[in-house]
Amino acid sequence: MTESPTVRPSPGEPRPYRFPRFERQRVAGGVEVVSAHVPKLPLVSIVALIDAGAERDPAGREGLAVLTAKLLMEGTAEHDGAALVDAFEQLGASVDVTAGWDAALVRLTVLASHVEPAIHLLSEVLQTPAFRERDVTRLKAERSGELLQMRADPRALADEAFERFLYSGASRYAQPQAGGAAAVGAMTRGDVERFYRAHYVPARLSIVVVGDLNHERATSMIGTAFAGWAGTAVETPKLTDEIADAARRVRVVAKPDAPQSELRIGHRGVPRSHPDHFPLVVMNGVLGGFFSSRINLNLREAHAYTYGAHSGFDWRRHAGPFVISTAVESGVTADATREVVKELDRMRETPITAEELSLATSYLEGVFPIRYETTAAIADALAALVTYGFPADYFDTYRPHIAAVTREDVLRVARAHLHPEQLLVLAVGDAAVVEAPLAQLALGPVVVSGPDEPDVGA
Amino acid sequence: MQIPIETFALPNGLRVTLSEDHTAPIVGVNLWYHVGSANERTGRTGFAHLFEHMLFQGSADVGANEHFELIQRAGGTLNGSTWLDRTNYFEVVPSNQCELVLWLEANRMGNLLPAMTQQKLDTQREVVKNERRWSMDNQPYGTWWERLPALCFPPGHPFHHSLIGSMEDLSHASLEDIAEFFRTYYTPDNAVLSIAGDFDASTVRAWVDKYFGGIPRGRSQPNRPAMDVAPTFGRWVREAVPDDVALPRLFLAFRSPVFGSDAYYAASVCGAVLGMRSGSRLYRRLIREHEIAAEASAFTFDLPTGSDLLVVDVTARPGITSAALHDAVVGEVDSLRREGVTAREVSRAAALIETDLVGALQSAGDRADRLSMFATYLGDPALVNEQLARYQAVTVDAVNAFIAERLGEDNRVSLMYVPREESNGADATAPAEAV
Repeated sequence: MTESPTVRPSPGEPRPYRFPRFERQRVAGGVEVVSAHVPKLPLVSIVALIDAGAERDPAGREGLAVLTAKLLMEGTAEHDGAALVDAFEQLGASVDVTAGWDAALVRLTVLASHVEPAIHLLSEVLQTPAFRERDVTRLKAERSGELLQMRADPRALADEAFERFLYSGASRYAQPQAGGAAAVGAMTRGDVERFYRAHYVPARLSIVVVGDLNHERATSMIGTAFAGWAGTAVETPKLTDEIADAARRVRVVAKPDAPQSELRIGHRGVPRSHPDHFPLVVMNGVLGGFFSSRINLNLREAHAYTYGAHSGFDWRRHAGPFVISTAVESGVTADATREVVKELDRMRETPITAEELSLATSYLEGVFPIRYETTAAIADALAALVTYGFPADYFDTYRPHIAAVTREDVLRVARAHLHPEQLLVLAVGDAAVVEAPLAQLALGPVVVSGPDEPDVGA
Repeated sequence: MQIPIETFALPNGLRVTLSEDHTAPIVGVNLWYHVGSANERTGRTGFAHLFEHMLFQGSADVGANEHFELIQRAGGTLNGSTWLDRTNYFEVVPSNQCELVLWLEANRMGNLLPAMTQQKLDTQREVVKNERRWSMDNQPYGTWWERLPALCFPPGHPFHHSLIGSMEDLSHASLEDIAEFFRTYYTPDNAVLSIAGDFDASTVRAWVDKYFGGIPRGRSQPNRPAMDVAPTFGRWVREAVPDDVALPRLFLAFRSPVFGSDAYYAASVCGAVLGMRSGSRLYRRLIREHEIAAEASAFTFDLPTGSDLLVVDVTARPGITSAALHDAVVGEVDSLRREGVTAREVSRAAALIETDLVGALQSAGDRADRLSMFATYLGDPALVNEQLARYQAVTVDAVNAFIAERLGEDNRVSLMYVPREESNGADATAPAEAV
C-alpha cells in the first residue's frame, strides 16, 4: 500500500553523557552546600534536605515529622503563612514541603535572576518558623480530612493497608508517613517545637543547588543566609523494620460493589544500602519494573485483567516493602493473584533469557540521562546521594554497574530476595466476589476487614 | 527564552518541526494526529482512545507490543495519549536511536492495518475497560471527566460525550471501525511531527523523507465537526451527584475564550489568580482563612475550537456540607466580580507562569510536545517562543474584563459530588436542590 521502508535502522554511535559535576562543602556554621552548575536555561532548583524524616517520629507521635515540615511554610517570626507564600510566589517560586521516611525536603525552582531572595526566604523558613497554634490545629484537621479521603479511595487505602498489615506494630513503617488519627490527634505545638529543635540543626541540613549558578556564588549566598544559625542534633532510636508475620496470608479490605480489586502482593524488601542493589534493580526490571516486563505482559497483554501492573522495591534506609501493584476486574482477582505468584516462582526457578537481561540493562542504561534532563531531577538525585550516603562517583558508575549484572546474578538475587512463601496478598475490593476464589488458591488464611475497622487508617 | 525552530513539509502534507539542542545526547519525537474523541461517530464513544491502544499492537513490520520493546531496548521512554481533539504518540530516546523512532512511527502510519486482528482488538477492549474502571468507576470523583464536559457542551456537540467511552460502545467497536478510522484520520496530512534535541538537521530531514515520504496523503480531508457554541451557557447549570466519597467536591466551570486567543491569556491568568498554588485567592481564603476547603485549584482545558473551559475545583473539609461549600466558592467568585483582581495578584500569577514556561523547555520531550501542539492547534510551532510575552502583556484591566464577561451567573456550571451519607442524611440541607 505504501513505499515505507521495511528494514529496521540500526543505531548510530552513542554520544557521550556525564552526570553533571557537583561539589559538596560545609559553610561556616555547619550547613552543607551541594551544588551543580547546569547553565542550559536560566533556572535554579533548590532542595533543602533535613535529616528529619518520618523514621525519627517519637512513639505515639507518628506523623510529627510530616506535620513539622508542612508547618515550615505556614509562617515565620516575620511573615504569617499567607505573606510567606506570597513572597515566594512573587519570585515565581512555588515551594513544595514534605517529609519522607528518610528526610524532610523543601523543594523549589526559580529563575536564576531571583535565586538570592529565594535563598534568603528559604533560610528564614528553616531558621525562624513560628509554629502558630492556629496553623498547628488547622494542619492537624487537614490530616484528618486526608484520612477520611483515603478510606474512600481504594488505591490509597491499599497502599496504606499493605504496610499496616506487613510490618509489626513495633515498626514505624506500620503507620502512614503522615500519621493515623490517634497519633495526629495527640500532637501539640510543643511536640512540633521539640521535634524542630532536635533535628532542624545545621549538621542535619544540606542544601542542594542545581542550575544556572556556580558553586562559589551558591556557597556564598547560603553561607550569608545561614550565618549564626546553631543547634545540636538529638539522636533517635534506630527504626525497626520487623514484620508482623512471616507466614503467607491473604487480607481483604471490603469495598462492597467495587468494579475492580486493588491488589498489593509482596513482602519486606531490603534496605537501600544492600550490596545486591544493582542486580535487584535489573531483576525487578525483568519481573515488573516497566511496560515490557513479565508481569505487565502477562496480566495486561496476555490476559487483559488490568490496565497495568508493576513491581518495585520501595528503597529506604531500612527494609521497605517489595510489592506488586495492580488493579484488576473483580471477577479475576484470584486468577491475577495466581499469575503473579507464578511469575515470582518462575523468577526463582529458571534463569532469565539473554534477551530479557539485555532488554532490562539497555533500558536502564539508556534512560539514565533522560531521567536527569531537568534541574529539579538532578537536585533530587543529589538529595538522594546525600540521604543514602552514596559515593561521590555513584552517578558516574551507575551505568557500568547495571551493565555488569549477569543472568546468574539475577537468579541469585531472585532466590535470595523474593520470598513467595512469605507473601502478603491484599485485595481492596468486593469481598463477596473475591473472598471464596482467593481462599481456593490456598495461599493461606483469608481475613476480611472493613475500611473503617480500627486497624485500617486509624 | 527562545528555542531554535526549523519547519518544513513533505509533499504528502506531513508538517515537520525541528528544534536542535545539543546539551544532552537525547532526542524527543512527538507525533500529533489531529483527531480525538470529538471525531467519534454516534455509538462509538471511546473509539479514538481505544484506537490509540491499537497503535501499539504492531504494524506491517512490527509485532504486537514490539514498539514498546524496541524503544525500551533502545533506552527510551514512550507512550501515547488521547484528548478531545487530538491524539499524540511520543518517544524520548538516546540521540543515536532517533532513526529507529522515525521508522517505527512511519511504519504504523503507513502500514498499520495488516497487523490488526480480532484477538488484539478484543484484548485491548478489555484493557481499556479496565482503564475506565481504574481511572473513573473505582476512583472517588472519577466520573467528573465525563460529567463535566457533558454539562458544559450541549448534546450532539463533539465535546459533549465521554472520551474514555461507555462500556457498551466499547463492546461494539469492530475491526471495520479500526480500518475506517485509520484511513480517515491517520494520514500524513492530518499529522504533525516534531523532533527536539540532539540531532543533525540535514540527517534528520533525510530520514523523515525516507520513512514518511512514501506514505500517501489521505483520500479526502477529514470532516471537521462544527464546534461553535455561544460564549456563555446562558444560565446556571447545576448538578449534584451522590457518590461514594468522603467529602463534598465542587467543579465550577465557565465557558472561556479558546486557547491561543488574546482573551485566553487573560482567562488563564484569572485561573492562576484564583487557583494556582497555595498563594492563590481560593487557597488563601477558603483553606487558610475560613477553613472551609481541604483543596482548591483552577485550570483551563486549553481547547482551541468552540469554547475553552475555566474550571474551579474545590474539595470541602470534614464537617462542611456541600451547600456550605457551594456558597463559599460562589461567594469568592462573586467577590472577584465585585472587587476585581489586584496588581499584586496578577504579578504573582505571571511570575509562577514564567517559571513554568521556562521549566517546560528543559526536556526534549516537553519541547517536542509543545511544538506539535502549536503546530496542530494554531498552525505555527514558533508560537512556543511567544508565550511568555503573551502572558506578560496581560494587564489587570484585561483580567477584569474577562471576569466581567465570563464569570457571571449566566455562565456557570456547578457539578457537586455529595457524600452518600450527606445526601441520605437528615442534617444535609437539601444539597440536591441547593446545587
